[in-house]
Amino acid sequence: MAARRAFLALILAVAGASAAAEEIGDAVRGEGLFQRQCLACHKVGPTAKNGVGPRLNGIFGRRAGGLADFKYSKSMARMGTDGLVWTLETLDAYIENPKALVSGTRMNYRGMADGQARADLLAFLREWSDRPQNIPEAEPTARRSTHDLDPAILAIRGDPAYGEYLASECQTCHRRDGADEGIPSITNWPEADFVVAMHGYKRGLRPHPVMQMMAGRLSDDEIAALAAYFATLE
Amino acid sequence: MILNRRHFIGTGLVAGGLLAAPMVLGQAKPKVVVIGGGAGGATAARYLARDGAGALDVTLVEANPVYTTCFFSNLYIGGFRDFESLQHGYDKVTAGGVTVITDTATAVDPAARTVTLAGGQVLDYDRLILSPGIDFREGSVPGWSLADAEVMPHAWKAGPQTRLLKSMVEAMPEGGTFAMVAPPNPYRCPPGPYERISMVAHLLKQTNPTAKILILDPKDKYSKQALFEEGWGKHYDGMIDWIGPEFGGGAVEVRPDTMEVVIEGEAQKVDCCNVIPGQMAGQIAAIAGVTDETGWAPVDPGSMKAKLDENIFVLGDSSAQGDMPKSAFSANSQAKVAAMAIRGELTGSKVFPAKYSNTCWSLIAPEDGVKVGASYEPTAEKIASVASFISDTGEDAALRKATYEESLGWYSGITADIFG
Repeated sequence: MAARRAFLALILAVAGASAAAEEIGDAVRGEGLFQRQCLACHKVGPTAKNGVGPRLNGIFGRRAGGLADFKYSKSMARMGTDGLVWTLETLDAYIENPKALVSGTRMNYRGMADGQARADLLAFLREWSDRPQNIPEAEPTARRSTHDLDPAILAIRGDPAYGEYLASECQTCHRRDGADEGIPSITNWPEADFVVAMHGYKRGLRPHPVMQMMAGRLSDDEIAALAAYFATLE
Repeated sequence: MILNRRHFIGTGLVAGGLLAAPMVLGQAKPKVVVIGGGAGGATAARYLARDGAGALDVTLVEANPVYTTCFFSNLYIGGFRDFESLQHGYDKVTAGGVTVITDTATAVDPAARTVTLAGGQVLDYDRLILSPGIDFREGSVPGWSLADAEVMPHAWKAGPQTRLLKSMVEAMPEGGTFAMVAPPNPYRCPPGPYERISMVAHLLKQTNPTAKILILDPKDKYSKQALFEEGWGKHYDGMIDWIGPEFGGGAVEVRPDTMEVVIEGEAQKVDCCNVIPGQMAGQIAAIAGVTDETGWAPVDPGSMKAKLDENIFVLGDSSAQGDMPKSAFSANSQAKVAAMAIRGELTGSKVFPAKYSNTCWSLIAPEDGVKVGASYEPTAEKIASVASFISDTGEDAALRKATYEESLGWYSGITADIFG
């Protein structure tokens, strides 16, 4: 473990990325967080096996739902086929609020609100990616994007009447009665999760092309209106 | 000055109130008549009845008691769905507060605002929605007329024609030739002819693998071309021959009596021939006087209101609106905008800015689905595309399977939205 960490530090030094290295987080602190909050379900390391959750060595650069020997939720598998790949940015969003990124994930974890704690945890996890040197430098070490949704956006109170009109566009595919067949249900979704998810598509964090297009032209108010409408739909 | 201003505002409100809510004054409910019970018409009727909450009298006129969707009918030809799965009744439309009449509209009097049905009934309207789909241009394929459709089916309106085409493909002799005369632009369902080719190829691959497929096409390029070409090479290598306009595909004559197609003066015998002719707005649109010299009905991009009659709206395939393809998804999307605009005009309800969207899924082979889509907004001239996407060539099998499954979800979603 110590040797491995030294190896990583060497790579970063060679790449001249000392400034960027500061931004990943504190791996030692991250290891502590992992042991307290993750270890019950997830194992990491060269001999790690799947438990309740999939093994996490090699997670960076892996496609979501990408282990052939682990049975993922339908939602996680769908995100993988849609193209979600685990990077510093997507893992950060997932750990912050798992269900906002992957609605039907089986991971029974509320989320880690503290951005620094997430950075520390990811700094630790990244040491156990198979070939961290193959991850393009810019990606894992880049400054985190501002995907933490502005509280002002989450605070917008949507107009459900406008949402009802806008929702008619959604209901060409998403069934009003909540049936889930090839296309996920969006009925009765908690408002905040709906808003975070739609902004995830709008920013290209969530991968599905139809949803990126639909969300891409919705204003903050329109997303809030839709969230308000779908949250109350019987 | 202040008095004048106040007076003006007051008058405006009274006038607005009179216009906006005629039923408040003890008159009959405003009447909306919808002609055509497909993706545009049935959606509009249901949304008007539901959102109007009893304030509007909505009547839907449709020729068939049970509707067969043209979308997904290629999957029936390929053996992926049974025919009954394409059929939808109007019980839930009726239950939703719409009066459904099984008949055909034969005349429209725009001055008197009446529609006459083949059965003799005359319906009054305040607003009329026309969503009649397509009709065929006589003479667009030399040698073919609608009377020949029993020998060389078009199968471009779903129903008996769809079944006939499938039975003809199944009856082809071993090693025989299937020919398609593809339509010129614009036509219903841009990727449809090429999805059909894929489905015919799939069917023949199972039962008649030495058969050949010939596409005679007046267009030099077509929807999802790279995706279809890649898929045909992968699944049906050597089976499909596409002849574009450069090699005579644009000037084809057919001979139904002898089952021949004539390409650049050379007659070729075929065993099954699918003629998809040039198209125009459903006949009733011309009868109502809302089509122009192109054969389609120009509409206002923000509301789908006919440019040639302020009391008539035209939806779906029949409309000339700009960038949206002629598809069920488009018609369904346009219907919601029109329903909102009409409700606003007749009841004074709030009208939000129009947004439109479309996605077309196509199946190339089992679990090999692709899609293309775009979102649209009205400009002064037309409904304009604002963003779009298309499946990539070389996608992996898992994504293609997910896309196919998504299309099944879409069919179930949109038919629930249209028919209840």
